[in-house]
Amino acid sequence: MIGKTSESIAEVKNAVKRFPAPEGGVITALDGISLEIQQSQFVTLLGPSGCGKTTLLRAISGFEDLDSGEVRIGGELVTGVPPYRRPVNTVFQNYALFPHLSVSGNVAYGLEVAGVSRSECNRRVGEALERVGLAGFDRRKPSQLSGGQQQRVALARAIINQPKLLLLDEPLSALDRNLRQSMQIELKNLQHDLGICFLFVTHDQEEALTMSDQVVVLNQGRIEQVGPPKAHYHQPTTRFVAEFIGDGALFSGKIQNTTEDPILFTEDGLRIPVGVGAKVGDSVTLIIRPEQLDIAKQHVEGSMGILDVVLEQSLFQGATNKYVCQLANGSTITAIPTAAGNEAFSRVKPGEAVRLSYRRSEPHLIIESEHAG
Amino acid sequence: MPGKQENRRLIALLTPGSIFLGIFFLGPLSVMIVYSFLEPGLYGGVEWNFYHLNYGRILGWADGEWEEFDPVYAEIFFRSVRIAFTNVVITLLICYPAAIWVSGLAVRWRTFVVFIITLPFFVSLVVRLFCWVLILRPSGFMNTTLMGLGLISEPIDIIYTETAVLIGMAYIMLPFMFLPLYASIEKLDRSLVEASSDLGAKPYQTFLRVILPATLPGIAAGAVLVFIPSLGNFVVPDLLGGAKVLMIGNLVEQQFLSARNWPFGAALSVMIMLVMFILIIFYVRRIGRSEIAR
Repeated sequence: MIGKTSESIAEVKNAVKRFPAPEGGVITALDGISLEIQQSQFVTLLGPSGCGKTTLLRAISGFEDLDSGEVRIGGELVTGVPPYRRPVNTVFQNYALFPHLSVSGNVAYGLEVAGVSRSECNRRVGEALERVGLAGFDRRKPSQLSGGQQQRVALARAIINQPKLLLLDEPLSALDRNLRQSMQIELKNLQHDLGICFLFVTHDQEEALTMSDQVVVLNQGRIEQVGPPKAHYHQPTTRFVAEFIGDGALFSGKIQNTTEDPILFTEDGLRIPVGVGAKVGDSVTLIIRPEQLDIAKQHVEGSMGILDVVLEQSLFQGATNKYVCQLANGSTITAIPTAAGNEAFSRVKPGEAVRLSYRRSEPHLIIESEHAG
Repeated sequence: MPGKQENRRLIALLTPGSIFLGIFFLGPLSVMIVYSFLEPGLYGGVEWNFYHLNYGRILGWADGEWEEFDPVYAEIFFRSVRIAFTNVVITLLICYPAAIWVSGLAVRWRTFVVFIITLPFFVSLVVRLFCWVLILRPSGFMNTTLMGLGLISEPIDIIYTETAVLIGMAYIMLPFMFLPLYASIEKLDRSLVEASSDLGAKPYQTFLRVILPATLPGIAAGAVLVFIPSLGNFVVPDLLGGAKVLMIGNLVEQQFLSARNWPFGAALSVMIMLVMFILIIFYVRRIGRSEIAR
């Protein structure tokens, strides 16, 4: 990565953390994670529950000590530094608002414990509340607010100390879908306006893809892939990422060449034409996204791959139509064809055979192991 | 309409309790209040004449003709309040850290500790206090141990002092402070403590600004539960305080059982009740309301 010395806000090196499992044994929450977070970026830690993303967040905020490895914030090693001395603030999953304090009391908390003068305090609380759209709510108690409003108070409270890094632990998971989507945009705007770094934890891939500059996909305490959202979708580097992000059919097998073009032979007997990039003998995984598939025309060009399937179900989804088809090996594959494809599909009845086509160059190939020699 | 049904439900649920309290609580209470304004009979019992000098003996307007004002009653009264209050402070200081520690244990250990704390209730109070007599008396376990270790040369004269009363009182009242405190500390949302720390509050600031306010209802409940029985207690001062550390409870007991001056005993009891009543009102207005508001 570029500008490693000056722009890095937080850095995690070889972080390892194990917990005793309730039923005996140990759970490895962090299994040697290294990560660098750059200035003024929106970074998301994405992964299924139990992948270690919250543990990583808590290791940065100081609530969890690492078994080994180190955390640096603003270049400084923070091992053993308690949370209240770390220049980061957190928006907690359940908001953790102080029930006995008013909205302004909650927001002012960080300033008051730091001994900021009352007038300065009032001014900054006013500013922060304005920024999150809660001006005029200062005298309410948290219990008198809706979930979305509580969320905003938690946000205002966390940004008032002007942290170098704002940590957000699944803050939107308790909100309903519409509110969640508008909060996603607001969070993104807030991050842009403040110019501080957001480290956002979620298990929701849509949330991660919508908001982030960088997405870090975690699985079983390890980093699977780091990069911009598009890269995760179009060029997943591992099978896990390909399955976790977006829909698509995955095929694993060996590349063989029967004629002139490479073909993927799966173990259960499918033959799937692939594009260049894989050599004969490589073990690969191919990901075909639904929007890459269309109904095959009469005349098939050489640059196209063909799959023979049986239509199972057509699903109307508003803007698009989705066709669930069955392959020869019994597995399903989904197609979201173009308008012309839809036209052709509408004449196919469930149970009838149909030919799907895709550009050989489009589906992404993960090369698991190269052919020796 | 739900209102009517609700009312019927309320009446059905409250009737047995109301009848019980009406007969067995308000009845004796009224008798006591009425007696406190009656003239003591010559050989016990009462004469049915209105008589305010029972209070005069305590508060200072008895003229010395029929009844004598003696400041010793007020003194005993204030001593009782002082001991009860000190006991609240002692039990609070012991139980608060203990409750924090227990609430941090694994669940099955917590249940076990709470069981251990309520264990003394299985043994008679008088027996337990006699054990304290055995421990505290000059030839008791405490003094023989300390002398055996060479830490002291003379036995500490602790039994039949206010200190002994406080030790015994704190001992019997500990569970009453611990249980409500523990309930409110266990309920305390740990994420609030983390949020406070995250926002830069040092541990003492987190304690004062978050933990203490959040557990105030538990502290108040514990304080009331300890203060009230401590104030009226007569067993502990009787056994551990001897004749020197009389408390208001002993006085009441003496008036009823030895002096056979029921009206005066009743007047003393009414005085205790007034103090408690004021405290309860204060509690309900200050703490109870914020608890309800949650």
